[in-house]
Amino acid sequence: MNKKLRLLAYPYSVWMGIFIVIPLFLILVYSVTTGDIHDASSLKLSGESYKKVLEPIYLNIIKDSFVLAAASTLICLLLGYPAAMIISNTNIKYRGLVLVFFIVPIWMNFLLRTYAWMSLLSPNGFLNRFLMWLGLPKLELMPGQGAVLVGMVYNFLPFMVLPIYTVLSKIDKNVLEAASDLGGNKIVTFFRVVLPLSVPGVVSGITMVFMPAVSTFIISGLLGGSKTPLIGDLIEQQFISSRNWHFGSALSIILMVMILISMAIMSRIDQNNAQEGRKV
Amino acid sequence: MMKVAKKIYMGLLYLFLYAPIIVLIVFSFNESKSRGHWGGFTLKWYAELFRDRQIREALYYTLLVAVLSTVISTIVGTLAALGIHNMSKLGRTVVLNINNLPVLNPDIVTGVALMTLFISMGLELGLVTMLIAHVVFSIPYVILSVLPKLRQLNKHTAEAALDLGATPSYALRKVILPEIMPGIVSGALMAFTLSIDDFVISFFTAGTEATNLSILIYSMAKRGVKPTINALSTLMFITIVVLMLIINKKSDKGENLLL
Amino acid sequence: MGKVLIELKNLTKRYGDMTAVDHINLTIRENEFVTLLGPSGCGKTTTLRMIGGFEEPDEGEIYFEGKLLNNVPPYKRNINTVFQRYALFTHLNVFENVAFGLRIKKVPKHEIEQRVKRMLKMVDLEGFEKRYVDSLSGGQQQRVAIARALVNEPKVLLLDEPLGALDLKLRKEMQIELLDMQRRVGITFIYVTHDQEEALTMSDTVVVMNKGVIQQVGTPQDIYNEPINRFVADFIGESNIIEATMPEDFKVAFDGVVLDCVDKGFEPNEPVDIVIRPEDIRIVTNPDEGMIKGTVTSVVFKGVHYEMLIQSDYREYMVHRTMMFPVGSVVGMNIQPADIQVMKRGEAIE
Repeated sequence: MNKKLRLLAYPYSVWMGIFIVIPLFLILVYSVTTGDIHDASSLKLSGESYKKVLEPIYLNIIKDSFVLAAASTLICLLLGYPAAMIISNTNIKYRGLVLVFFIVPIWMNFLLRTYAWMSLLSPNGFLNRFLMWLGLPKLELMPGQGAVLVGMVYNFLPFMVLPIYTVLSKIDKNVLEAASDLGGNKIVTFFRVVLPLSVPGVVSGITMVFMPAVSTFIISGLLGGSKTPLIGDLIEQQFISSRNWHFGSALSIILMVMILISMAIMSRIDQNNAQEGRKV
Repeated sequence: MMKVAKKIYMGLLYLFLYAPIIVLIVFSFNESKSRGHWGGFTLKWYAELFRDRQIREALYYTLLVAVLSTVISTIVGTLAALGIHNMSKLGRTVVLNINNLPVLNPDIVTGVALMTLFISMGLELGLVTMLIAHVVFSIPYVILSVLPKLRQLNKHTAEAALDLGATPSYALRKVILPEIMPGIVSGALMAFTLSIDDFVISFFTAGTEATNLSILIYSMAKRGVKPTINALSTLMFITIVVLMLIINKKSDKGENLLL
Repeated sequence: MGKVLIELKNLTKRYGDMTAVDHINLTIRENEFVTLLGPSGCGKTTTLRMIGGFEEPDEGEIYFEGKLLNNVPPYKRNINTVFQRYALFTHLNVFENVAFGLRIKKVPKHEIEQRVKRMLKMVDLEGFEKRYVDSLSGGQQQRVAIARALVNEPKVLLLDEPLGALDLKLRKEMQIELLDMQRRVGITFIYVTHDQEEALTMSDTVVVMNKGVIQQVGTPQDIYNEPINRFVADFIGESNIIEATMPEDFKVAFDGVVLDCVDKGFEPNEPVDIVIRPEDIRIVTNPDEGMIKGTVTSVVFKGVHYEMLIQSDYREYMVHRTMMFPVGSVVGMNIQPADIQVMKRGEAIE
């Protein structure tokens, strides 16, 4: 019976080959060639696209994407960790409710959440009207990187809070009591016990925020204007308007590699943490 | 003292999370077209919304693709999961790693890669390519939610059915499928929400032919804020919240109701 | 002795390079309670699974009432199984779990009702019909699994470590209940366990296995009192196993003493292993009155008896006595000829 059931995996393996492996392979091929994309015989091996990535203007965009994504990840962590701690310490009676209110905004379409900030942050938007009413100077966040950062933090904050909360809520209360029994005060207990135990949650939170943040083109497209494109916008342009698939493919590969490297680093941190835990 | 500080902190975070949504909803009832100025209560944007043929069409495409891709990916994904579960360890590792690619890769890469494939194959971008793309990124989630249920299954459950006289196909239909049903249902729900919610992959694979709601909202938003989008957002948000509350209510009462 | 029901002939199963079951031969009779006993990986479960039809033998035959069973799929065998950890259907309630096999056989509704009710009464689960199996305790799930199998009125019930997941007290209770059930339904039970005490308590026949080979088949008394080799002696109960020689019939020599025994038929001076059970060694306070002299090195109270380790000039003996001798005391040990079991030298049958 098992052997017969195994056959069910083969059609999907073929499907994966066609729709997952080949497309990525095509991107890889286009990234290292030049020529007419509609004419396979005209494709020639070339490092031109990658050379183009190294031009200062593009290098800057990549750097900006990385810095903005890292900054929003850091802000999410700083805002989200205390929130996750507060939620996990909330009386069990209200905890579900407190948590649901954190999750409800994610149920709203990503685009609409970003769009909502457009109406808040635009030069004549609600925020500036409010500031004027208070007699304060206007804020010129949008379009610009400030607005993009706000949009990223807003969109991804729950993805930082949830995994950290999950890990924190699973920490055995006896462990905390043991720590204080052994003479640790609240601060020592936090840094020596709670924080190390919550590393897996922090790691998956960082991955869940950083990855979509570094590859977004919606947030930057709607809140950043044309002045501050990110690598996502650049890829979109190459495939939709400029039709330079070779360059777009090279950028996609670079984006994938960037994400792969950060994920590898994060999982290394997670493993080291686990190993150190075992040593102690 | 600490308690008050905690409450203020959480209050500010909730304000941050909900202010944009509340402003959006409030301004969908605003007579004035301006974003900062309150010109009195009106329902005219809602009326305009329902008259708009473009929006009706986009809604149709969104729902059509969501329903079709959910049905297809749930069936294919469940069958594939059954197969993968029974594969040798090496084969399973390879298949699962490839299966994880669309989950781990940024949407934009999946989107452009599929677009590249479709155009290279000479396919016209449109409803069909968008549907295929949605099935491509939904199946991995179905597999990932069915596989743990298969793993949880006592490895002798199928044998117990055979032992009691069930033929292999009877055992599959009457024992294995019902046992893993919660995983299949949550996979289907996930596929449906992902499809409804998707913008990036649709954007690259739908071309100009089949504009769904998220593509329409994006192009409208790029041109500037329009009160009709506020109305549309409000309706979509309320629908989703109601749907999610129903689903959560039901799963609270136990998985059996989900069947 | 009942009629022969199942015969295994040269039954062999290999997984890659590993031979899980190695050419075994076994006859099982009607109404017999047979236990396959051995450490994990000895091939007992594989043997059971081949009888159930879940593994195909690589060599050899299984006969059921004289007919070859090898190519009959499990759902066509008149044999039912109680699986490790029960493998109940969690999407069905207790009644439907038990009725599963009957529904497949298209038994009329009212008859299903009757038979399931009767079976649930027998396993003491009346009134649990509508409960989901997840809400039951381990012991109750165990009973459902037994009822689900027995309701089909099989000629043979296979039980694969059915009590493994229960705690000690419940295990003891279920052992008695299972035995009682087997007597009442009057069918053959083939029982797999690694627990030697369980095997000795319940079985008519114990089959001791190691590394895919049957070491010894016999009644619990035979197996305990007359283990055939070092492996069986070691696996069944605690024992002192000593390398010795037989200078002549009815004599064994070891550690510089020659003792009387009741075995014969070995070559003169043939090397043998002997087994002496800890409870068969008597202690005398005057060391000179003992056959072997030693010093008590450890005493542990075990509830009914004291477990003492006594060091002689050559080796350490384990002794079980109800009277305690303090650590450090020098004592003598005596052994009756009938309590010395002589075995052929060698670990086990390979």
